[in-house]
Amino acid sequence: MMADELNLQVNIGSLTLPCPIMPASGAFGEDMEAIIDFNRLGAVVPKSITKHPRKGNATPRVCETPSGMINSIGIQSKGIEYYMEHVIPYYRRYQVPLISSISAESIEEFAEMSAIIAGAKEVAALELNISCPNLKGNGAAFGMDAQATRDLIREVRQVTKKPLIAKLTPNVTSIQEIALAAEEGGADGLNVANTILAMAIDIHSRKPRIGNVLGGLSGPAVKPIIVRMIYQVHQVTSLPIIGCGGVMNGEDALEMILAGATAVQVGTASFVQPTAMLDILEEIKQYMMQYGIADIQSLVGQVVTGKHNEGES
Amino acid sequence: MKSIPMKVTANQQVSERYWHMKVDASELDAEVSPGQFFQLRCGHDLNPLLRRPFSIYRINRRERTLEFLYLVKGAGTKRLTQMKAGEYVDVFGPLGTPFVLQDEWKTILLLARGVGIATLAALAQDAAEKGVQAVAILSARSRNDLLAAETLQGFGAKVLYVTDEEGTSDVSAVRRLLEGLLREDPIQAAFTCGSKRLSKLLQELAATHGIPAQIALEEHMGCAMGVCFACVCDVREGGQLKTVRVCKEGPVFPLEKVVL
Ligand SMILES: Cc1cc2nc3c(=O)[nH]c(=O)nc-3n(C[C@H](O)[C@H](O)[C@H](O)COP(=O)(O)OP(=O)(O)OC[C@H]3O[C@@H](n4cnc5c(N)ncnc54)[C@H](O)[C@@H]3O)c2cc1C
Ligand SMILES: Cc1cc2nc3c(=O)[nH]c(=O)nc-3n(C[C@H](O)[C@H](O)[C@H](O)COP(=O)(O)O)c2cc1C
Ligand code: FES
Repeated sequence: MMADELNLQVNIGSLTLPCPIMPASGAFGEDMEAIIDFNRLGAVVPKSITKHPRKGNATPRVCETPSGMINSIGIQSKGIEYYMEHVIPYYRRYQVPLISSISAESIEEFAEMSAIIAGAKEVAALELNISCPNLKGNGAAFGMDAQATRDLIREVRQVTKKPLIAKLTPNVTSIQEIALAAEEGGADGLNVANTILAMAIDIHSRKPRIGNVLGGLSGPAVKPIIVRMIYQVHQVTSLPIIGCGGVMNGEDALEMILAGATAVQVGTASFVQPTAMLDILEEIKQYMMQYGIADIQSLVGQVVTGKHNEGES
Repeated sequence: MKSIPMKVTANQQVSERYWHMKVDASELDAEVSPGQFFQLRCGHDLNPLLRRPFSIYRINRRERTLEFLYLVKGAGTKRLTQMKAGEYVDVFGPLGTPFVLQDEWKTILLLARGVGIATLAALAQDAAEKGVQAVAILSARSRNDLLAAETLQGFGAKVLYVTDEEGTSDVSAVRRLLEGLLREDPIQAAFTCGSKRLSKLLQELAATHGIPAQIALEEHMGCAMGVCFACVCDVREGGQLKTVRVCKEGPVFPLEKVVL
């Protein structure tokens, strides 16, 4: 099998992605254009936008923990007007779909912003960041409550027909319950998941290592938790899942696909290796050739959960 | 900017807490200027995970090597000390905005604390090549930590030291020293890095003496490419406060603009 015979195309609702690898919101931006060809990605996903400009949180906004990092950027944002005038038009020069990530303070604001942003013809889909742990008191987020999730998606569903992706928070007791609520609300896809609420302390100064005290953990440290959540969500809903959290290489992405993800987002890995997304794509192709897999979709959810020693006597 | 595995040609301890690394930069096709920095991967696995930012300490354009001077602080820099000559270190850059050295300046002042000297030494090298006289005040914990003094003297700089050990480095002492220099030497511009307290002092003195000054800032970084907004600082522009990225809009800023 030749590399150009591989079918890497995947669908999230009515949205077709040329390949399953795309950036995670907040870990991608125009400045990366100097390093990678955006046209080779599955989609472009700029940083979450808020209605009004936001200053963001106190520094330090990031710190490193074993195999992970904690961030509390606090969605520094130039507001929706700037986004409509500059960010969306900027991505016109690329052929790949633009997925706009939206962060809002209330259900009404989510609906209001979604109507405006989905109104732009360049925007292919909306990712609703109902999971940012930095916005409300003590890391609370809409996505922690099934009813709020359902109501929020339902309201946004009224204002646009474009694909809606709900970005779930892993900071819940049952991710399945929230996933079902998002499906009932009318989501076309689920992003599993945002960062895991975390804290680190410098024992010498006795201060938290993040200016905002709490932050979100990302990177390799979270991947096994996210893979588990993808698997659990895939068991209860038929919605396409975008896996997100700790993907550093092709193997990690394939693990998520086998657990049930249709597509995969890459965040922290791009900080470690700026070309990570394209490297991951190449590794997926290699794997497909190695195992003679013509269509990436045939791998989705194909984890084998029988007895490990089956066949042995 | 791109990431290139560069061969380590030397990596040596230069004092109790400081190390000096030299890498072969012949694969680098971009110009590098003092004030800019590189993101180094400290090791070949995912722990430590993030790259660490290091300023350009010396640029050897003819032999196409770059040098870094680093303080051993935590996991990343400890791992960096284990890199042997011959090994490859992944270097991403050059990043950020450089210092601006105007042609009409004949004498400049450098005020550095600790490893802040690394980036100012690169500037002193550039100044020497342009025939600009540098006057440097180096501040450190101890005599042992006074780095790069010889390198600076090699560039023809006039070097003064202050240390915590000798009780000469507190702000009031440095203030007296600086005021003396500003009275006696025809200083036309000032540059600083490495200490908030000293930067505040210089901000005040530069304003009263009407001297332009620049600062190289440090902030914890995620991407160093301007996309994550981890590395911000506040600057005053046209009477307004703006939160800007140290990796992109900086690390060098006009000192009078920075909110310290
Ligand atoms: C633009 C720039 C240029 C720099 N140039 C030099 C230089 O030439 N020589 C030198 O010794 N140091 C320099 N530093 C500081 C250096 O990056 C940190 O000391 C180093 O990252 C510490 O890493 P660590 O793993 O040893 O320490 P740890 O404390 O274990 O680091 C943990 C995390 O905090 C971050 N961090 C810790 N201290 C700093 C700091 N002061 N600034 C930024 N991030 C920090 C690390 O990058 C890492 O992500 C520079 C920093 C910046 C931003
Ligand atoms: C610095 C930083 C900023 C982030 N900002 C956002 C954001 O604005 N919106 C959002 O939905 N997620 C944001 N995230 C979360 C990422 O999109 C992603 O869910 C998370 O980092 C896990 O993936 P990773 O381990 O591949 O980084 C951010 C993550 C990081 C590290
Ligand atoms: S470190 Fe990411 S914007 Fe500066």
